[in-house]
Amino acid sequence: MANLHFTQNLTRHTECPSAALAAETVAELFDRYFESWPGVRGYVLDDQGEVRHHVKVLVDGRNIKDRRKLTDRINPDSEVYVFQALSGG
Amino acid sequence: MAKKLLVGTRKGVFVIGRRGGEWRIERAELLGDPVTMVLADREGSLHVAQDMGHFGVKMKRSRDGGATWEERPVPAYPPKPDDVVDLDPMRNTPIPWNVMKVWSLEASQRDGELWCGTIPGGLFRSRDGGDTWQFVETLWKHPDRKFWVGGGADYPGIHSVLVDPRSPDVVRIGVSCGGLWLTTDGGETWDCKGQGMRADYAPPDQAYERRGQDAHRVVQCAAAPDNIWIQHHNGIFRSTDGGLTCTEIKTAQPSVFGFPVVVHPEQPRTAWFVPGKKDQWRYPVDGALVVSRTRDDGESFEVLSKGLPREHAYDVVYRHGLDIDADGATLAFGGTTGNLFISEDQGERWQNVSNYLPPIYCVRFAN
Repeated sequence: MANLHFTQNLTRHTECPSAALAAETVAELFDRYFESWPGVRGYVLDDQGEVRHHVKVLVDGRNIKDRRKLTDRINPDSEVYVFQALSGG
Repeated sequence: MAKKLLVGTRKGVFVIGRRGGEWRIERAELLGDPVTMVLADREGSLHVAQDMGHFGVKMKRSRDGGATWEERPVPAYPPKPDDVVDLDPMRNTPIPWNVMKVWSLEASQRDGELWCGTIPGGLFRSRDGGDTWQFVETLWKHPDRKFWVGGGADYPGIHSVLVDPRSPDVVRIGVSCGGLWLTTDGGETWDCKGQGMRADYAPPDQAYERRGQDAHRVVQCAAAPDNIWIQHHNGIFRSTDGGLTCTEIKTAQPSVFGFPVVVHPEQPRTAWFVPGKKDQWRYPVDGALVVSRTRDDGESFEVLSKGLPREHAYDVVYRHGLDIDADGATLAFGGTTGNLFISEDQGERWQNVSNYLPPIYCVRFAN
């Protein structure tokens, strides 16, 4: 089961607890998470289902490569984090 | 007279109320996040569009005057087919099929019907008070949309939606930069109107290209809806035939540049502006914040300044930063420096409500 965590900054806007889910790709992981927490989707993904321009997703400490279709693979013990992509300031 | 004024700012929404003859801040809500548009609908619900930055655009609704808010669905662009090429003609870069900003929100006379204009140019309609939104594909797929370009933003946007009081199927929209558009069949078909608008930022042979006009704000007289006023990037334009043709008005003082305009709800020859020093500077002429008013169709203008700062004022009032109440006497405006002013006598005298609000994006009267 991969563990999915969200930046604390997002908890100000919507409930998004960490969760352990079975998935082979980031897309699968998000789909399963959004089944339980549908309100989180629009904060992380844009209208096209891509990672928002100023959001970043890390799998085991590395930024994912496919921000469009989220095909990056994850392992059963992966730690996946959703953070703000800070720029400046 | 309206009971409330809603003020959307860079740091939340403020509810201004009138008590004892004075307008005061009664509520500060949704603090911390930019509010790009506010609307009080006919049923009394308040709608707010937020720009969450990292986390995108969000919509919220209050049914209790702003005491509590519920998150509501956000309009969404349809999936972009892989084989569709949709480029911004200014920079030849792909136009994102994402809601980047809610720039206009209007209620029609039909129960529950709302219109929402966005950057990068998509128009949406709700028939259930914002519970669901439908994308207006007819406008998005119009072949002339490819002429639209961004104004102050990188991508074009719909800042004005005018639902004709005579028929909710007749809707005009203002686009920066894309001119004035009209549907007379509820959005089935659209045509670009506004013949006579002139762009001095375009080569001479393209100056009258209707589809490239930067109408900053378009408003319509409620009692005489064929009467339309346009604050344009390089001047003021006036239409008396529903926007089909426009006449340029060059007499405005102290300048013809600005973003907002409002028209009297019953007197179509009377309109107000908050002028700035030309495109290249964008602050009040000589640092004196004033409102200009015409009562004779633009033949002459009065400069209204009682209660407004006479020197060292650098407020820019955005296109939704000026509003007039249905009573035709009460006006409010606020700008980028957080100064908010209200007049109850058509702009003759102004009450300073606050000097310390966050930068103001929009003001709207509500009951």
